[in-house]
Amino acid sequence: MVTIRSETAESGGDPPLLELRGITKAFLDVRVLHGIDLDLRRGEVHAVVGENGAGKSTLMKIISGVYPPDGGSVALDGRPVSFRSPRQAQSAGVGIIHQEFNLLPERTVAENVFLGHEPLRRGLVDTRTMLRRTAELLDAVGETSFAPTARVGGLGVARQQVVEIVKALALDARLLIMDEPTAALADHEVELLYGLVRRLQERGIGVLYVSHRLVEVFDLSSRITVLKDGRRVTTVPTARTSQDQLVRHMVGRELAHYYPPRAEPGRADEVRLSIRNGANDRLRGVDLDLRAGEVLGIAGLQGSGRSALARAVFGVAPFTSGEVRLGGRPVRLRTVRSAVRAGIVYITEDRKGEGIAARQSVLDNALLAGRAVFPRWAGRAARTVRVRELLAAVEVRAAGDQQEIRFLSGGNQQKVVLARWLALSPRVLLFDEPTRGIDVGAKSAIHDLVRRLARDGAAVLMISSELPELLGMSDRIVVMRDGAVAGELPAQATEEDVMGLATGAVRGEPR
Amino acid sequence: MTAEVTREPEGAAARPVAGGVVRGRLVRPGGVLPIVVILALLLVLIAIQQPDFFQPASLLSFLGRSAPIIILAAGQYFVIVSGEFDLSVGSLVTAQVVVAARLIDSDPGRTWPVVLLLFGFGLLVGVANGLVTTTLRVPSFITTLGMYLILVGAVYLWSDGAPRGGLSDEFRRFGRLAFEDVPLLGRLPYALLVLLAVAVLLLLFSRSDAGRTLVAVGDNPRTAELTGVRVGRTKTVAFVISGLAATVAAILLGGYSGVSFQAGLGLEFTAITAVVLGGVALGGGRGALLGAMLGALTLETLFTLMNFYGVSGALKSTVQGLIILAAVSVGALRRR
Repeated sequence: MVTIRSETAESGGDPPLLELRGITKAFLDVRVLHGIDLDLRRGEVHAVVGENGAGKSTLMKIISGVYPPDGGSVALDGRPVSFRSPRQAQSAGVGIIHQEFNLLPERTVAENVFLGHEPLRRGLVDTRTMLRRTAELLDAVGETSFAPTARVGGLGVARQQVVEIVKALALDARLLIMDEPTAALADHEVELLYGLVRRLQERGIGVLYVSHRLVEVFDLSSRITVLKDGRRVTTVPTARTSQDQLVRHMVGRELAHYYPPRAEPGRADEVRLSIRNGANDRLRGVDLDLRAGEVLGIAGLQGSGRSALARAVFGVAPFTSGEVRLGGRPVRLRTVRSAVRAGIVYITEDRKGEGIAARQSVLDNALLAGRAVFPRWAGRAARTVRVRELLAAVEVRAAGDQQEIRFLSGGNQQKVVLARWLALSPRVLLFDEPTRGIDVGAKSAIHDLVRRLARDGAAVLMISSELPELLGMSDRIVVMRDGAVAGELPAQATEEDVMGLATGAVRGEPR
Repeated sequence: MTAEVTREPEGAAARPVAGGVVRGRLVRPGGVLPIVVILALLLVLIAIQQPDFFQPASLLSFLGRSAPIIILAAGQYFVIVSGEFDLSVGSLVTAQVVVAARLIDSDPGRTWPVVLLLFGFGLLVGVANGLVTTTLRVPSFITTLGMYLILVGAVYLWSDGAPRGGLSDEFRRFGRLAFEDVPLLGRLPYALLVLLAVAVLLLLFSRSDAGRTLVAVGDNPRTAELTGVRVGRTKTVAFVISGLAATVAAILLGGYSGVSFQAGLGLEFTAITAVVLGGVALGGGRGALLGAMLGALTLETLFTLMNFYGVSGALKSTVQGLIILAAVSVGALRRR
């Protein structure tokens, strides 16, 4: 820390473009940022890295005026500022390029660039000035492949990104936040983005570059700040660190939680589910074997295709090519219904949005799958008895099974969802972040349950962003990157191994 | 730390979930208690003004007269609880009455084939509403508004601007006749029996797997979809029930009040008002069929009361509007 401060000083007496001191932020009593310090000089590319949930997005939202900080100070050019809206931040020169673009596809490039602040002449939009200034800005960033009059919807993703950047420049942005700018780009488009970022640098614009991809971070940035669990771990000059060292900074934490014992070696034998060359618009060339009796962990960064994989198997967004076999027999899982009928169930990560029906009772939620997929009038009573037994067995705590599920804690809601699926005696269970938003006690109950299901002969696939959980629970770990399998690791792998594969710092052995 | 998942001895772990106690079924949101209270209040007000109203004969004939709107509300319930609207029922009723009159043309021999045809037509309208809403993803408000206009226009065109033909007596008896001299009750309208039959059938459906699934779809269609529910088909079934209910209502209304282009005028809003009054949430996911039907009965009682107290019938739609706004704002306030 001290050494870095002295380096900052060598750029002269000027205050830095952006200076954050002791930024804190909490949501509903949960501290997500603990006293973050960060500075950005003119013309500098400063990378911010960290695992999912490290606090990167929250920090960027504070800088761009979406949230006010609870404590600490933000200064631009040495002057303290406190933005009360993104608009205020924009007019102070802070621009942000989100992962999802904010463009009107049916309007022209120029109309998008000047949306909301069109140049006027006698009260009317001055189209000529608008086109000229757009052309100047495009020229300034070295973009000549399309005209200001082009329709935005007709441009590719990379060019739309250029429009977003020019849009920020039109508001005289001096500081540009780029949040995972390459997530949507193809490999050759990344090179174009590099060129653009360097041109912004030459114009003296400071860039905060948020990315999971360490390769880019090393290509572009002059300094790197690592965040972990809402704290700043370190800020280092890029030239003085390595990918390995960064990965260690990103994950360094101790395993303190108890996990149930793993499957005995050799216990998992029969391949229950096998995928060969599975692909769709989010996935490519996925080969995967899931055995009865094992818990297979799926690791990967956000957007790496982890959930897309589970959702493809479950028929939500099916594979468009490749082969899936269940118990050795080829199956076509084109709809959720066909997957459920085949004995495959998926426990979603978005419990509130697509896991529960909030205003229905605990019992109705637990009965939902059985009623929908295997409806019958005669067996109703028996089914209700069985579901009630399961609700008791997974220890759902509620005022009664007629209570609306929205009043239950996250952990209890998750147990109800589990009971819903267990009632169908599934053969393959796909868990997507099974313990997200769940308190510690319920967490280990769910861990025990997952392990017991595998021991009783189910094939379990478990996606988790929490590496300790993944390492603690899995018999094997498959790491995904960019919609493909990056590599496979044994149960004894370390967090560094996983992060190495996930970020592309380490190339996996092709299997 | 947890009990065995698969083989739990019955009743052993009763601690966490307290069995199947149907606690506070009446007072919880979407329950029927509020509408029962309102109905009772209105009945007391009627009793003060017009004690004769409670003679079995007049009470039964009142129920018989209310049957069409209660049946329409029951059909509308399924659509609303699944998260949609059906604005086409009023003009469907008109269409059915006008079509029946022209096809039967006062020939008793044609009664039953035409009744069958009407049910087919009601089913078809329901399927069309459902498919356009779920496969083309047109909001049902718009879909059924379009259907409303199409039916109005088509019926005018088909009948050259004035209803022609006539209904047979056999057709009309459901809406206007009654079993006479029933012990204790006196006059028992056919319409009331039709209502009872429809109510029983629909109550059974609402408690079946399909009926419960329908409510879950209205609550959260994403969850339903990710549980293997065929959301589009489920909603289409709701529209079909509404179309069939409108057909039954049309047969009763045609019999009771005869053939005119006004036969079903405004009934879609009366039905929606009744459903909302019965505690069913607009937007879906909450509410009971019984509540919706009681809501319709309450609305009819209110109109009768207005009549007794000499309030102009022209205020009917104003009253309906006020009820919808009040019911929805009470729901919104409670959610805060």
